[in-house]
Amino acid sequence: MNLRAFLDTIVLLTKSEGWELTNTSTPIIEFKNVGLSYDDNEVLKNIDLALEAGKFYTLLGPSGSGKTTILNLISGQLTPTRGDILFEGDVINDVPVEKRHMNTVFQDYGLFPNMNVFDNVAFGPSIKGMSKADIKNKVTEMLELVKLTAYADREINELSGGQKQRVAIARALANDPEVLLLDEPLSALDYKLRKEMQYELREIQQRLGITFVFVTHDQEEALAMSDWIYVMNDGVVQQNGSPEDIYDEPINHFVADFIGESNILDGVMKADYLVHFTGKDFENVDAGMRPNEQVEVVLRPEDLDLTSVENGKLVVTIDDQSFRGDYYEITAIDDDGNEWQVQATNKSTIGERVGLTFDPEDIHIMRFNESEDDFDARLESYEDDSDDVKA
Amino acid sequence: MMSKRKQQRQLFYLVPYGAWLLLFVIAPLVLLLFQSLTTQDGHFTLANYAIYFGSGTYLLMTFNSVWYAFLITLITLVISYPMAYLLNQLKRKQFWLLLIILPTWINLLLKTYAFIGLLSKSGTVNNFLGLWGIVPQQLLFSNWSFLLVAAYIEIPFMILPIFNSLAEIDPRLAQASRDLGANKWQTLWRVTMPLSMSGVKAGIQAVFIPSLSLFMITRLIGGNRVITLGTAIEEHFLVTQNWRLGSTIGVILIVAMVITMILTRDRGRQSSRKRG
Repeated sequence: MNLRAFLDTIVLLTKSEGWELTNTSTPIIEFKNVGLSYDDNEVLKNIDLALEAGKFYTLLGPSGSGKTTILNLISGQLTPTRGDILFEGDVINDVPVEKRHMNTVFQDYGLFPNMNVFDNVAFGPSIKGMSKADIKNKVTEMLELVKLTAYADREINELSGGQKQRVAIARALANDPEVLLLDEPLSALDYKLRKEMQYELREIQQRLGITFVFVTHDQEEALAMSDWIYVMNDGVVQQNGSPEDIYDEPINHFVADFIGESNILDGVMKADYLVHFTGKDFENVDAGMRPNEQVEVVLRPEDLDLTSVENGKLVVTIDDQSFRGDYYEITAIDDDGNEWQVQATNKSTIGERVGLTFDPEDIHIMRFNESEDDFDARLESYEDDSDDVKA
Repeated sequence: MMSKRKQQRQLFYLVPYGAWLLLFVIAPLVLLLFQSLTTQDGHFTLANYAIYFGSGTYLLMTFNSVWYAFLITLITLVISYPMAYLLNQLKRKQFWLLLIILPTWINLLLKTYAFIGLLSKSGTVNNFLGLWGIVPQQLLFSNWSFLLVAAYIEIPFMILPIFNSLAEIDPRLAQASRDLGANKWQTLWRVTMPLSMSGVKAGIQAVFIPSLSLFMITRLIGGNRVITLGTAIEEHFLVTQNWRLGSTIGVILIVAMVITMILTRDRGRQSSRKRG
């Protein structure tokens, strides 16, 4: 326990140091109240972003949430109708695509079918007017980076999807961009290849030390790769934070539902550290709300355990289960008729009555219509409290 | 059994077109070849070819045909490519395309006569020039008027294939090119144009080959100042009644067309089909 607390303190310290860095250095990309509308249709509403150099950012959201629109605004394919976009502190709203220090890996690769692998990667450097020898060095270096050295002379239509993806990455990086934009680059690949590319992209980002802005609808991908995630919906940033923060403390129903599996129930905060749902009171770790405030309660399936009826905080009936390799996914129904998703290590019997148990810190409380700033402030206030208690 | 019957049925579908092909394409071609290779009394001879290749007049005519077909193709290409490019960026492209195709539904001769009305000494153009005090000019019966009218007639046949090939290009490729630092012109030159070459080649075929044998326009607009192979064939069949020499020139024209087709065929698409 002591060691754990010690480690937590170190993590907190490094985190807070990181925050200070953010505040002193200029972000590489900044959105100030950026909006975009087509006719009467508001695609993006008042977006504020500040991306630090050298980090892996993910814009995560369902299709139509505005995440690709943000990417196109950064790259310059789109111009904002309101607000300012800044690159290293300078407004770049009117800087054309080709003059920005960033490159894009497109969703369907966007490789030139009339050129072979070498010429595709050499496109950027040759436009820049580099010498033939320099171009050759650059292309060789890039193909090495994506492990395609042997494929320089191949035609594009001779490549597999995964290879095309690598060429697209090499081509975008050949211009030495300060920011690499990736528009759902892995969505066309099969599961195993996607996992492999996730790992490799992360490695490339760390090796080159440049900023990556990655767009995806795949929450698992976002959690695995990112330093920082922006969760988007309806043209609004719902929540931004580290993968852990967003997973552990979703701000609202949308985020809780979109990131990972969630059991979301209506509840009432009776007092600080006391929440009421499914007709019972439970001890929890949230505070700072009005007495008897209506809230939503989130419990992650992997935080729930099945136990005997006597030991359970709730009693449920097993309704369905499916084997997922490393766990059983169980659907159970409590006496109020609520459905519960549970990840269990042991097989259950359908129709069996069992107990459901969880720890106070597994209960996450979400207030209705709480802004991100208020949410952060509230979290900070009682996290400080609990640290005091620990100390 | 089944597959044989299916084959028979497929052959049955071919009958109307097959008969057409045989009667109106293959038979005339054979006749043409036969005529050009025989004497009046049916003996084999190469004399007609000897006359053709031995005479400076016919070689000059051939050169003229190729030269004017080349000029017509060049003029149409220079006008059509930017037009097709622009058309592809427009919002209601199908509507504008229809306007361009519309004139091709009108008979060629009608259009040619319309130009006589426009370009003659008392025609619309000279009337208009008269408003500015310019005396009527001889516009008809010149090489220029011939090129103008021929290009006018061929332009839709050039625009259409180029437009189609441009429309097929994934717009993301131009985006990618801009993203990699290329400006609009560099993108056009290095990405869009190479990818639309198949359409350009098809357009060249569609314009150059018919232009080799133009003859009505050469007479009505060019005033027979430009004598092409088309004019020569017409003369031999209708005026001098020398069908054998006419056939010979016809055979040579067909060979020239085949060579053009081979030179402008779309190698890229063929190789990709092989791979697929």
